[in-house]
Order: sequence, then structure tokens, then C-alpha cells
Amino acid sequence: MEVTAGWYLSLGAVLFVIGAGGMMLRRNALVMFMSIELMLNAVNLSFVAVGRHTGDLNGQVAVFFVMVVAAAEVVVGLAIIIAVFRRRASASVDDLAVLKG
Amino acid sequence: MIDYIWIVIALPLAGALFLHFFGQRLAEPWAGVIATSTIGGAFMYAAIAAADFLTGSGEPEVVHLFDWISALGADAELLWDPLSAVMTVTVTGVGSLIHLYSIGYMHGDPRYGRFFTNLNFFAASMLILVLADNFGLLFVGWELVGLSSYLLISFWFTKPSAAAAGKKAFVVNRIGDVGFLIGLMLILANFNTLTYGTVLEEPARFVTAGTATTITLLLLLGAAGKSAQIPLHFWLPDAMEGPTPVSALIHAATMVTAGVYMVARTASLFELASFSATTVATVGAFTAFFAATIALMQRDIKRVLAFSTISQLGYMFLAVGTGAYVAAIFHLFTHAFFKALLFLGSGSVIHALDGEQDMAKMGGLRKVMPFTHATMAVGWLAIIGIPPLAGFWSKDEILALAFGAGGWFRFLWVLGLITALLTAVYMTRWMYLTFWGQARWDDGVHPHESPAVMTLPLLALAGGSIFFGLLNTPFHGPFKPAFEHFLEPSFEAIDMAHLPEGSTPWILAAISVATAVLGAFFAFRRYRGAEAFDRVPVAQGRTGVWRWVRNGYYVDDIIGNLLVLPGKLVAAWTAFVMDSEIIDGSVRAVGGGVRRVGGWLRPLQTGFVRNYAAVTFSGVVALLVWFVSRGVV
Amino acid sequence: MVELVLFIVFGVIAIAGALAMLLHPNPVHGALGLMATMLSLAVFYVVNSGHFIAAVQVVVYAGAVMTLFLFVIMLIGVDQAENLEERLPFQRQLALGLGALFLVLMGLIGGTAWIAAPPGSSQPNGTVEAIADLIFTDWLLPFEVTTLLLIIASVGAVVLAQFEPRRKDGGDS
Repeated sequence: MEVTAGWYLSLGAVLFVIGAGGMMLRRNALVMFMSIELMLNAVNLSFVAVGRHTGDLNGQVAVFFVMVVAAAEVVVGLAIIIAVFRRRASASVDDLAVLKG
Repeated sequence: MIDYIWIVIALPLAGALFLHFFGQRLAEPWAGVIATSTIGGAFMYAAIAAADFLTGSGEPEVVHLFDWISALGADAELLWDPLSAVMTVTVTGVGSLIHLYSIGYMHGDPRYGRFFTNLNFFAASMLILVLADNFGLLFVGWELVGLSSYLLISFWFTKPSAAAAGKKAFVVNRIGDVGFLIGLMLILANFNTLTYGTVLEEPARFVTAGTATTITLLLLLGAAGKSAQIPLHFWLPDAMEGPTPVSALIHAATMVTAGVYMVARTASLFELASFSATTVATVGAFTAFFAATIALMQRDIKRVLAFSTISQLGYMFLAVGTGAYVAAIFHLFTHAFFKALLFLGSGSVIHALDGEQDMAKMGGLRKVMPFTHATMAVGWLAIIGIPPLAGFWSKDEILALAFGAGGWFRFLWVLGLITALLTAVYMTRWMYLTFWGQARWDDGVHPHESPAVMTLPLLALAGGSIFFGLLNTPFHGPFKPAFEHFLEPSFEAIDMAHLPEGSTPWILAAISVATAVLGAFFAFRRYRGAEAFDRVPVAQGRTGVWRWVRNGYYVDDIIGNLLVLPGKLVAAWTAFVMDSEIIDGSVRAVGGGVRRVGGWLRPLQTGFVRNYAAVTFSGVVALLVWFVSRGVV
Repeated sequence: MVELVLFIVFGVIAIAGALAMLLHPNPVHGALGLMATMLSLAVFYVVNSGHFIAAVQVVVYAGAVMTLFLFVIMLIGVDQAENLEERLPFQRQLALGLGALFLVLMGLIGGTAWIAAPPGSSQPNGTVEAIADLIFTDWLLPFEVTTLLLIIASVGAVVLAQFEPRRKDGGDS
């Protein structure tokens, strides 16, 4: 049985769903953030797999850029989390429901 | 000279305009001086222009000013013929005297300047009405005069009764105007134009007797509103809230005569519709009688004169209804003089007594105000019809012509005669309570004779009341019916009533004079003595029928409850239910609805990021579902 | 053959790591699980000829990003286990349902065709030179822009995470 690009894409889908579920189900801000990272990684995997299938290097270039942006995002996001949660004891995002209508 | 006849209108109009902006800023008599000069100037111009007609050499002329609504035949055109000349001279002549009088009368009033603005504006409007050559311009003048009347009646508008009186006058006028307008529309429909020349020349070519009857009855409604005839008379007594010069000018001499003028002008239409003519005469006679009875019971010095005016206007309507157009206009002319005289005199009395108008508090004024008393006596004799004063000649001509017309008109003649009796009674009562007998005024009141600026006009008017009657005597020789000859060109095509030949008019005259003397004598006897006024409760109008009479047969109250009250209820309903609740309510409901919908949608904003994430993810899944279902992927 | 084994082994590790992050109450354990996932992904990149990318993955993601995460976890002091009880109504059901639906859809898509483009003739050349070649020619502008982005992010992070100096007057900074 040969491992085709489809297998990697399926794996990426599964990882993506797990990441999305983490976003929806976990209350800890950092775990939520990590779930986002997981989702990004799943997408990266998809890019690489398809790139390999079509023989196009641009897939990997895309991965490169995604990683750069994800890194920047992590930096800023964590800074925000620090700024917000420094005042509170808990890191639960459910406590941040001030914008409730 | 006739080409510039519009100067007659322009002068008071310019005066009004100037005084509108600067009148209040001028020092006291100047506003009055300016106003009097403009109308005095108009009088002189008109008098000179009318001179041609006197010699019989003048021709009626139409002066075209500018095009206005040419499609309806309503351009700005003025008609200068004997009828309009008489009206113009009357309005400007009596008007100038009243303007002069007002300079003294309105002394001290904070809105002195404004008064003369309104007065001049009235003069200009009345002149437009009288000089118009088509029904359109007539109507413009008609409405403007109504407006001026409103402004002047409620001149002291801070007094609620004055404001209400002005409103009442305007509204009742308006009711008459509805009839007038519909009549004008019918004229337009049938004649295709509004110009006098076409409509009044030979109306039989355009309309049948039936249509003419409808038109003239509608015109009568308008005239009744303006001239305070039944059933639209009840605004005039309340109009006495206005300053006395206003009552004199507008509600005695000029504006109220507009109805008579209008009927006289449309004489050819009334000729076609004998039913309307009879109706006019009937309305006039009944109004005359009816108003005279009420005048008997009034305590206010001006209200007596108000009802008297209604009564005398009734005589004029009786005359036009009988076809006696010259007699009607002649009575209009003489009445202007002696009624204005009486009003101005009462104004002097009121002025002397610091605003007192209740005759119960007057009496014995002849000793304190001899000049005023003398002129008032002239007016009194004139109105009750003692020869050779003016009132006798004009009133008697009317009565004689009514008698001569026979049939139903003879019954109207009887009414007119009874009215003459009542006139003598109530006017003598008026004189007695005011000038003769014992003094009954309050302490602290010091009546004095009026200043010259007020007595001079009285003198002039008194002169007119004495001598102008001689302008239309039915004799030959030096005292011929000059007035009739003067007006002839205006009524060429009309078949006017003529005095019966022979001795009948003389017998009739003797009868009228006798009734007048009888009435005066009766009143003398009755009201003699110090406590005359307090004597019999019947005379005061406290019991039974007399109370009814004194309150004007409760016409005001009937109208009030029948028409005004429902009107107020509708207005209240519209304001508080329809506007506040229905309209405002629906607007508020829309706002409320939006808020409610917002309330339903608000719970979606839970504030929890995880909920938002879930919603976002479900959006993604939905998109995917859509794509897959399309088979795109 | 080799690829199959690698796929299965590291696929399991990746999913296990992800599930650990999802399910484990302690965030430190979750972070470590995620690190394992990322390392597995690096292996996959190597298998798919993305050598440079694999290295970057290890260095940046597993090495820097996850370490940063662990730092912050420790800094804020949320290393204690979290209460896993769900307080929002229907959240769990919704999440599970949506996830399942997503996977089903993926399966449907996969059933037809994953990739529309035709397979390439050869594997891509994932060396540093080749990627550098592309980045500095075709993708120069995005490269520069992302540089800018990184600078901004760094500055922003410094500003946001500053300790507030204590004020004498007791006001907020």
C-alpha cells in the first residue's frame, strides 16, 4: 500500500479537527492558543503534502511564510495573554465575558 | 386722471407698508398723521375724479393695471363707474375722518403705530374690493378686508375676549365665503370668465333663471357673512371688542357694506332670479326687525349700536331685494355718516369715562360734554328718520319702494315700519341713558370734552348727516334726486324700482315719521327719572321673554353648542387621540419593535470566546457542506 | 514500505500528542504533547522532501514557540490542573458534532479526489538553496513584509507585556 498525499491530508484534517475542538472545549487561554498552533501546523502539513504530489516547491515556501507569521502571532498573543491575566489569578477565558450583550 | 385711479389704492397701501416697518418707532401722532394723509389724499383724488360723473359727462372706464389670471378673466383691472365712485368716496371720506379721530382716541396706546398700519391696510383692501373689475379681484379685496377686520377687532389681543371675537368674526366670514366661492365657481363654469363686463352685461345669454338663482343665493350667503345678516350675524356684536374707531369704520360704515355693494353690483344676475331677490329682501327685513328687538335690551353703549348696524344693513338688503338699488346705496351712504358719527361719539364718551361702556354708569353727560352731545343728537335724529335729516330720506325711500312692490313686499314693509318704531325706541333710550337724566358714573371718574382732533370729525359727520339727505330728494327743481342721476350709468340695464306716483309716498312718509316720533316719545316717558335704569326688571331683561331677547335669542349659544362644541371635540380627539396615540404611537411602536428584535438577538452575544469559536467553526462547516453539495470539490 | 511505517508510527504519535493537549487537564503536559506532535510533523516534512522546512519546524516551532508557551505558562502560574467541567450549555455536543461533520465531509471530499492538479514528475527539491532561490526572487515582497511584521510583533510584545511601574499617586498607567 502506498502512502499517497491523500493520507497526509487526512491526517492533517484530523489534526485540524482536534485543534478546533481544543479551541471550543478548553477554558485555559494558553491551551486554546496551542490549539490554534495545532491547526496551523495541520495546514502546513497539507501544504507540504500537496507540494510533494505536484512537485511544486511553492508549497514549502508557503509553509515557510505561515511559520513566520505564526511565530509573530504567538509572540503578540502571548504578550496579550500576559497583560490580561497578570491581574487575575485564573487563566480562564470564560471570565473575560465583559463584552456580553 | 382716471388712468391713475390706482393711486387711490396705492396711497393707503404705501402708508400701511411704511408704517408696518417704521410705525412703532415714530413718536406719537406721526403715525396717525401719515395714515390720515394717505387716506385723505386718496379721498381728494377720488372726489376730483368723481366730479365728472356729477356733471353727467363721465363714462364708466376700465383701467388695466397688469395681467394676473387672464385665463379666468381675473386680471388686475379697476372699474371706475358711478357705483364704485360712490363707494370709494364714502370709504375714503368717512375713513379720513375716522383716521383723524383715531389720532386722539388711540393716544397712549403702546401699539399706536401698528393701529394705523392696520387701519391703512384696511382702507387699501376695501378700495381694492370696491374698485375691482372682476370677481377675482373682488374676492381678493373681500378676503383682505376680512383679514384687516380680524387684525383690528383683536387689536388688544392680550384680552382673551378680544382675541376670541376676532377669531369668531373671521371664521363666520369664512363660512359665508364658502358660499361666495362656490357661487364664483358657478359663474366661471357658466360664463367662462370672471370679468364684470362679460358676466353682468347680459347674463341671460349664458345662464337660465334656475342657474342664476343658485348663483345668486350662494352670493347672498357670502354677502350675509360679510354684512352680518341672519344667519351669519352673530359675529358683529362681539366685534365691538375692537377699538371704537374700528367699530365705526369697519363695522358700521364700510366693511359691512361690502355685502350690499356686491349685491348691487351683481344686480343684473339678481334680476334674472326673482326668487333670490325676494329672499334677499326677506332676509334683510327679518334681520332688521330681529336685531332691533335685541338692541332694546342691551346695556353696553356699543352693542346697542352694533345691533343697530345689523338692523340698518337689513334695510339695505331689503332695498336691493326689492330692486331699489339706488335707495340701498343711498342708505349705505347716509348710514355711513350717521352711524360713524354715533360710534365716534360713543367713543368720545367711553374715552371721557376712562373706558366705561356700561350705560348703567352713564347719564347726564350733556352737561359735561356739550359738543359731543350736540353731534350725537344730530346722529340720533338722523337714524330714527326725522326729516330733513339724512336718515329720513334714505330709509323712507326704501320703505316706500317696498310698499310699492306689493304682495309679499308689503308684509316686509310692515316689518320695516315696526323696525323703525323699535329703532326710535332703542335709540332714544340710548340717548337718554347716556346723555340725559341723572349722572350715574363712578366716583373718581371725571368726564371731559374730547380734544379737537376728536370733535372735528364729529362735526364733519354731523354736517353730512344733516345735509347729505338732500342729495336724493324725490322732488323736482333745486332738490332733485341727484344721487339717483349720479348712479344711473351703473344701473342702466337694470329695471329699478321706482317710487309710486302721486301722494302714496307722502302718506307713507308721514306714517314713518309718526311712528318714529311715537317711538321716541314712548322711550322718553319710560326712561325719564333718576333711577330709570334700575326701575323695572323687565326693562333690564331679567325675566322670561326679555331675557331671551337680551341674549340675542341665544343664537350664540346655539351655534356654540351645535357647531363649535363638536368642532372642539373633533379637534381634541385629533390632537390627543389621533396624533398623540395613533400617530406617535405607531412611531414609538416601530422603535419599540426594533428594540424588541434587538432583545431577541442580544442573547447571541454571550461574551464567551468559545461560543464565538464554535459559531465560526460551524460557519466553516456550513461552507464546506455547501461546496460539497454543489459538487465543486 | 519505509514511508508507510514512518507514517503509521509518527502519525500515531502526532495524534496522541494532539489528544494529550486537548484532553489533559494540566497545560504543561498539553504543551509537551504538542511538542511531540510538532516533532512528528517535522519527520513528515522530511519524508515529503521538505528538508529545510523540517529544520525550521524543529527550530522555530518545537524549539522556540513551544518553549515560549512553557515560559508563559510558568510565568502566569497556571500550571495547576484546570477544572474540566463544562459550564456553557451545549458546547460539548456542538463541538463534537461539528468535528464529526467536518471529518465526514473530508471523507466525502477525499472519496472523489483530494487534489485536482496532476501529479508532478518528480519530488520537489526541498533544499535550502532551492527555497532561498524562490524566496529571494519570486517571493521577495512577502519576505520583506513578513520581516516588517516580525519587527512590529516584537515591539508590540515588549510594549504589551511591560510591568507597570508603581505610581505614587495610585493611578493607572
